[in-house]
Amino acid sequence: MNYWNKDIECAPRSEIEALQSYRLANTVRRVYENVAPYRKKMDEAGVRPEDIKSVADLGKLPFTTKQDLRNNYPYGMFAVPTGDVVRIHASSGTTGKQTVVGYTAKDIDIWAECAARALVNIGGTKDDFVHVSYGYGLFTGGLGMHYGAEKLGATAIPASAGNSMRQLEMFRDFGSTIVCMTPSYAISLIEMMEEKGFKKEDFKLKAGLFGAEPWTEEMRRQIEEGLGIKAYDIYGLSEIMGPSVSCECVCQSGMHICEDHFIAEVIDPDTLEVLPAGSQGELVFTCITKEALPLIRYRTRDIATLVYDKCDCGRTLVRMLKPQGRTDDMLIIRGVNVFPSQIESALLSVDEKATNYLLVVDRVNNLDTLEIQLETRPDMFGDNVKTLESYTKKVKAAIDSAIGVGINVKLLEPKTLARSMGKAVRVQDNRAIKNKFEKK
Amino acid sequence: MLIDQISVFVENKAGRLAAVMEILNKNGIDIRAMTVADTADFGILRIIVNDTEKAIAALQADGCTAAVTKVIAFTIPDVSGALYNVIGKINDCGINIEYLYSVMGKTAGRADIVIRTNDTEKAVKVLTDNGVELICGKDLCR
Repeated sequence: MNYWNKDIECAPRSEIEALQSYRLANTVRRVYENVAPYRKKMDEAGVRPEDIKSVADLGKLPFTTKQDLRNNYPYGMFAVPTGDVVRIHASSGTTGKQTVVGYTAKDIDIWAECAARALVNIGGTKDDFVHVSYGYGLFTGGLGMHYGAEKLGATAIPASAGNSMRQLEMFRDFGSTIVCMTPSYAISLIEMMEEKGFKKEDFKLKAGLFGAEPWTEEMRRQIEEGLGIKAYDIYGLSEIMGPSVSCECVCQSGMHICEDHFIAEVIDPDTLEVLPAGSQGELVFTCITKEALPLIRYRTRDIATLVYDKCDCGRTLVRMLKPQGRTDDMLIIRGVNVFPSQIESALLSVDEKATNYLLVVDRVNNLDTLEIQLETRPDMFGDNVKTLESYTKKVKAAIDSAIGVGINVKLLEPKTLARSMGKAVRVQDNRAIKNKFEKK
Repeated sequence: MLIDQISVFVENKAGRLAAVMEILNKNGIDIRAMTVADTADFGILRIIVNDTEKAIAALQADGCTAAVTKVIAFTIPDVSGALYNVIGKINDCGINIEYLYSVMGKTAGRADIVIRTNDTEKAVKVLTDNGVELICGKDLCR
């Protein structure tokens, strides 16, 4: 078994916690001194930096949410002068303002370390060709895995996303051995292979890291079969760092969190109580080495479970099981974060009376589909098809540009959508992985 | 001179047309003429009935999206070239026909045509100026 950093990855829990405690206390002190919104939050909660001495004190600290980042857009939560920031990334979501994150040179180096660990987790070595088909740009996926590959000493192939035919040619001609991409893109490449006459035997691929969107075990089997590889799950979010906050190992039984850099907790999203190990709840991360943007108790909205047992791979780092959904209503459609509220405001900007609608999310041939169903009303109805078609076109254009993902607009007869007595049900997600938190 | 036509929004799926027909049947409405414009997702049923007010009230009471539009109906001899003659005249005046359908005439040797144009008033004038026989609602299919 290979490890990138065995001392940490296989350390006894007591050592991991001691390191976390030391780094947490330092981070909290630094954040209190340098980040005004945190100072305000802690003062309001009546917590002093010196109250935080160990991991056991974590619960005294207030939470951070995406809204805090928006309220302090773009750089208000940074803990270093912008002169020390060497890179910016931004969230893929398009809810009004983007969420902007920053990194110092040391942050980039630690991120590369985490990404290198992820690659070694799945059997990567310096002899591998790491083909990165995540987008390069403000999205963290591309550059995050690229730096990890270079840190490992492997050969990075910065293919970025798109141009599927070229991707397949590069697999074959450049001898790519490890791929990093979204699982849905892998599936669409597999479909294209058949069409273009490629066989998996044409490639030297052996493993892949797939993340940035929810995927199922069924998709894992399809990717493994289609590309002739082992497919592994990788997790990350730009607010905390980017891909490789956690990553599966060859055991494929949960993603090891880089606990020397991030402390993970699971909370009840309603009561905000920390839940005991093994419980399903909302994942919360605290950055303990980040310089530019050390978020404290950041609520990810992802629902997952933490497993502290030692893994068969020998690593002691806690594993998080594949996220089972989200606590907010955010939908992830083809890798893009979509909030139903964005769709509603786009719809109402075209037709302020269009208050009866239903969003239907599905997965057809492994691609997410999004449909909005609208009831017709006498006042939007003439006697010709043209009027209705130009109406649906206008609605589609407004929503498409608001969320950055194509939507299908479907008109229904009046009173066909179910009326609810309480809160209206606006989203129907028919995919295997739901984005709703269902309590046990 | 003009005829009231009812348009009903129907989803393009099994049973929807039957549901509309059932409402009309229950209320004793007699359909004089009908046509359906369809798209992949929905259709628009256009009907001319013996009692427009009663029909529209019944449809709306049942939750249908329905509207009344004025259309023009005229009768032509059932010989080749007859429709071309009339349409040609309308076209010459720069009027656009948005849709047209024919109705099974009950008088042997005649065909009844229903049209909707972008300029109803002008279309009526063109037709009457050219001696085309317009028909009223009660005379349609009689």
